[in-house]
Amino acid sequence: MLQCYIYIAVCGGTHGNELSGVYLVRELLKAKDIVMEEEREEPASVLMVLANPRAMQQCRRYVDTDLNRCFTHATLNGPISDSAPYEMTRSRELNAMLGPKGSPGAVDLVCDLHNTTANMGLCLIAYSDCDWICLHIFKHLQLSLACWIICDACLLKNTFSVAMEIGPQPHGVVRSNIYTAMKDGVQHMLDWVRLFNSGTIFEAGFVDVFTIVKNIDYPRDSETHNITATIHPQLQDRDFLLLHPDDALFQTFSGETLRYKGNEPLYPFFVNECAYYEKGIALGFGKHSETDVNYILFCC
Amino acid sequence: MSSYSSSARFDEARRVAIFGGTHGNEMSGVTLVNLWVKNGSEIQRKMVDTKPFITNPRAVEKCTRYVDTDLNRAFTPENLSALGEGDLPYEVQRAQEINRIFGPKGSPEAYDVIFDLHNTTSNMGCTLILESSKDYFNLQMMNYIKVTALRSYFCCVNIVLCDWFIAGLEVGPQPQGVLRSNIFEAMRVILKHALDFIELFNEGRTGVEFPTCTVEVFRVLERIDYPRDANGNIIAMVHPNLQDGDWEPLNPGDPMFLTFDGKTLHYQGSGTIYPTFINEAAYYEKQQAFVTTRRETLVASAIRKA
Repeated sequence: MLQCYIYIAVCGGTHGNELSGVYLVRELLKAKDIVMEEEREEPASVLMVLANPRAMQQCRRYVDTDLNRCFTHATLNGPISDSAPYEMTRSRELNAMLGPKGSPGAVDLVCDLHNTTANMGLCLIAYSDCDWICLHIFKHLQLSLACWIICDACLLKNTFSVAMEIGPQPHGVVRSNIYTAMKDGVQHMLDWVRLFNSGTIFEAGFVDVFTIVKNIDYPRDSETHNITATIHPQLQDRDFLLLHPDDALFQTFSGETLRYKGNEPLYPFFVNECAYYEKGIALGFGKHSETDVNYILFCC
Repeated sequence: MSSYSSSARFDEARRVAIFGGTHGNEMSGVTLVNLWVKNGSEIQRKMVDTKPFITNPRAVEKCTRYVDTDLNRAFTPENLSALGEGDLPYEVQRAQEINRIFGPKGSPEAYDVIFDLHNTTSNMGCTLILESSKDYFNLQMMNYIKVTALRSYFCCVNIVLCDWFIAGLEVGPQPQGVLRSNIFEAMRVILKHALDFIELFNEGRTGVEFPTCTVEVFRVLERIDYPRDANGNIIAMVHPNLQDGDWEPLNPGDPMFLTFDGKTLHYQGSGTIYPTFINEAAYYEKQQAFVTTRRETLVASAIRKA
């Protein structure tokens, strides 16, 4: 498979309180300023972006609405009023900056940096299972770093994009071990792009992937809609460890154990992610598989 | 061993308040108080009127620390006497309302004991905050909680002495906006022991119920901020050696911060201190990476019901 020069964007602060990406992109921008000041030649293959500056300033996930849900075709191309949510206006600005898919000068891939309160380690999330740039990057990262790969075909996105999700880290906090893990992950990704752009051939192979099957919500009070149970202590922090039918799932406030009633064992992830309480998600479930990756090389 | 006549006398604690949601995204207290407002049987004790209360309902609804200003810093004399009602910041209005219902502090109408429930992103475990070393009632209660929690649940409780913190109970680590079962249960156990103490104290008729005792505490010394640039942005993180090391000794020369480009900054103090509130999310804006403390042994006078 042939491909011209790859142009990648690295975005931090899509959620303004997920601080590893905020501080990492700030540092990368500072380093780039130093390179430009010293007038060194650097290939322009990487664009650094702070995606949601207003949310970052307030150290909140979003100001009006979740920016990460504003990249559907309808949101980007539909009519927009002056009183539109801030993030809707911002998603259009970002789309123009990064270039709509297929247009000249557009980035080939967006790497979106996130943190999670779930114990997921370093995790890469793709939005389709046939995006071969992503798959090769994943293969490269899986060779040298411990990481998980999730495929979430449900989240509609208008560009080639991969999320790098690292946890556990509380929102509003930067933990040095998590920051360092993200710095390493991004560095490996940029190394792959540099290798590719200088003519390296990448062989075919396989990657381990988890494909999202479903999300489940907490048990809730029918009147107030407040949750009536927590993630069970036997499940808390056990992301990517197989959950079998009848394993403990939730613990009610009165101490009762609620069990997983599915028919087949599945892999849990995003277990107890803070931002998902309002989205009605206690955890996601996935199936594990190996995905083929064809060889690719740069040709121009 | 003190004699009967030298024990400090206190009126029985008949009215007790349990506050949740002072910070709307500290979920253990919010959840416990909501539970107890619905069904308070768990917190009932003989001859004690226990009132669970959500202090900052608008912040709870938005799952945010505060709406206009930090409620925990809003109980100043200026705020409590400010006029303007609906024009005042939301939390100042709330402080006035709470002061009306549960105070004024120090007056005969005030509630006898108030437990203000908090969570922290710091690895502090269960921590009780004491404002004064001469507050023998609270010191005895905290000692009782500490001893009982360790004996029954192998749960370690630390006591922090600081006159610029607000008295309360902190349990961590827990991210803001998240409810963890272990943290939730730990807070529940602490409150159970606290209410048991009050019931036992109130029952005391003759003799000294709670003899004089020594209590290990951590006295707060100073707050240490992150290194920052000229724009006020932080330029370093809590060092991995210090992260989660609450209550462990920090010696001069030990790693303290790690800059974003990988340089280690070392603790330059003159002696060993015990750090806590390490990397609390809400304190980035209050210029506090952690606080330093020293270990101290306090003596609590024997107490009995008046």
